[in-house]
Amino acid sequence: MAIAFGSRKASAGLPVPAALRSKRRRAAARTLAFLSPWLIGFGFFFVYPLVSTLYFSVTHYDGFTTPTFTGLKNWSYVFNDYPFFWQGLRNTLWLVVVMVSLRVVFGLGIGMLITKVKTGAGLFRTFFYLPYLAPPVAATMAFAFLLNPGTGPVNQLLGDLGLPAPGWFTDPSWSKPALTMLAMWGIGDLMVIFMAALLDVPKEQYEAAELDGAGPVQRFRYVTFPNISPIVMFAVVTGVIQTMQYYTQAIVAGKVASGVIGGSGQQFEPGYPQGSTWTLPQMVYNLGFQRFDYGSACVIALILFAISMAFTSILLRRKSGFMANED
Amino acid sequence: MTLSTTLTKPAAAPGSSKSASEAARTARRRAALHWVAVHSTAIAAALFFVLPFVFVFLTSVMTDQQALTKNLWPTTWEWGNYVKVWQTPGFLTWWRNTLLYAGLGTLLTVVSSLPVAYALAKFRFRGRNLALMAVIAMMMLPPQVTVIPMYLFWAKQMHLSGTLWPLIIPMAFGDAFSIFLLRQFLLTIPKEYIEAAKIDGCGDLRTLLRVVLPMARPAIAAVALFQFFYAWNDYFGPQIYASENPGAWTLSYGLESFKGAHHTNWNLTMAATLLVMAPVIILFFFAQKAFIEGVTLTGVKG
Repeated sequence: MAIAFGSRKASAGLPVPAALRSKRRRAAARTLAFLSPWLIGFGFFFVYPLVSTLYFSVTHYDGFTTPTFTGLKNWSYVFNDYPFFWQGLRNTLWLVVVMVSLRVVFGLGIGMLITKVKTGAGLFRTFFYLPYLAPPVAATMAFAFLLNPGTGPVNQLLGDLGLPAPGWFTDPSWSKPALTMLAMWGIGDLMVIFMAALLDVPKEQYEAAELDGAGPVQRFRYVTFPNISPIVMFAVVTGVIQTMQYYTQAIVAGKVASGVIGGSGQQFEPGYPQGSTWTLPQMVYNLGFQRFDYGSACVIALILFAISMAFTSILLRRKSGFMANED
Repeated sequence: MTLSTTLTKPAAAPGSSKSASEAARTARRRAALHWVAVHSTAIAAALFFVLPFVFVFLTSVMTDQQALTKNLWPTTWEWGNYVKVWQTPGFLTWWRNTLLYAGLGTLLTVVSSLPVAYALAKFRFRGRNLALMAVIAMMMLPPQVTVIPMYLFWAKQMHLSGTLWPLIIPMAFGDAFSIFLLRQFLLTIPKEYIEAAKIDGCGDLRTLLRVVLPMARPAIAAVALFQFFYAWNDYFGPQIYASENPGAWTLSYGLESFKGAHHTNWNLTMAATLLVMAPVIILFFFAQKAFIEGVTLTGVKG
């Protein structure tokens, strides 16, 4: 990318006075100086590794021998022979559809609830917000305990109520629902942005709707939702982008539930149970750092990059919040 | 700050008919019912959010024998579990490493990101929108996309694998999320302040340090908190760069090895889990306002 520093082009034909030119040069130098930490960072931690990833994706490289060009071999390996790719992609789709939408709906519900609470609002808000702060590893460990089929309190309560007690993190058809519950526990961020959006809805619109005899459902449909829909959109898009990075909770839950936690000892292959928790980022780890197939790891990395940037471009296109300038 | 959704018209003037007072009574009853419905829902929701902490805590103070049973309430309170966790080999080192990563990383992030955010918010230059887009793209980039070349660089060329430096050093070159959050805040500072400082003869750096910095304190606090939490919570980074050397592990990375490697029972694991959560939650209570402000700033609030 080429960024031209300094102010706008001098109007054609007119001679630019020397004093003005040197002022412009100073302004350009100043801008460059202020941006310099990030320009170095952008070049070195974004552009360089991205180009390098692209290069590795068409080479065979194990970290020891010199990389050799192999064309699309890694790509065909990932799509045809890497046993987890399609399952991981299906899992990701499941998480996007179920986890993201439940998080948004639940976050909006909790946000609406907190705006209606009159007694102890501060206390409730703190309660609802706290789990969001729990470090992901700690939160996952906590849920691995709460949902463990042997001594976990959740299954005991379900048993007392006469309900079936699933195996959660140890059962392939319940592991993703268990991760979804964990994600819904940490809803604090969405609650806060929805709360702010709901309080910004003009009160007059509610009053007008009420005069027209609108019930609660109609008020939500015709007043609340149209006002907060940009924020809902924002929550969905960032939710999808976050899902592309979904890593820690899935791998830690798998490790703890499978019992294979050796630190530097025994190697844990992600996806436990039966591949039900594989996600794309875990494949970069598996291929690169467990199988030392850097080339194929870079193929997954590029797929991740493409999906993430496609959704990021939705955020960029929306002029309202993200790209707004002061003038 | 509460939305009033119930119709609570003031009671009719004295001396009016019986039906008017009846209507007022119905309205009051409806308001009371609404209050009960809202608050019982809130209590039910609060249970969902709080009970996990409660069960984790109760298990953390059980004896080894109790933790194997289905008892939910500890029969004897084994506070010594927390001492045992502290004495676990490595636990103190993990604390030290986490504080180094989070503390130094946060400091470097703030120092390097503020001037960039200032330039993006207040300077006019060609390519500014493009630069902002690049910041946002970087912010949304999954860390796994660039990890292979970065790992090869740090491990094979710099010989820094087995340490946390590959995670700390990049923070001296601006963090995209911090730049974005600071920029969003700096946009709200009226340019008159900056122009006034210029007229008083302040250079750009002086203006930033003397005028902008004091005004941006809440945003800087939010950025510092987010970055501290990010480093505290980071699992992927330490897994890639530090896993080979337990002496460089952080709490978030070391915690998962607790069950199995050090202790077989849930009680000590849950005590360790709470000890990893505690600093973050305590920090939150001290800086609640800055934190919430930060969350709202990054949401779409122009």
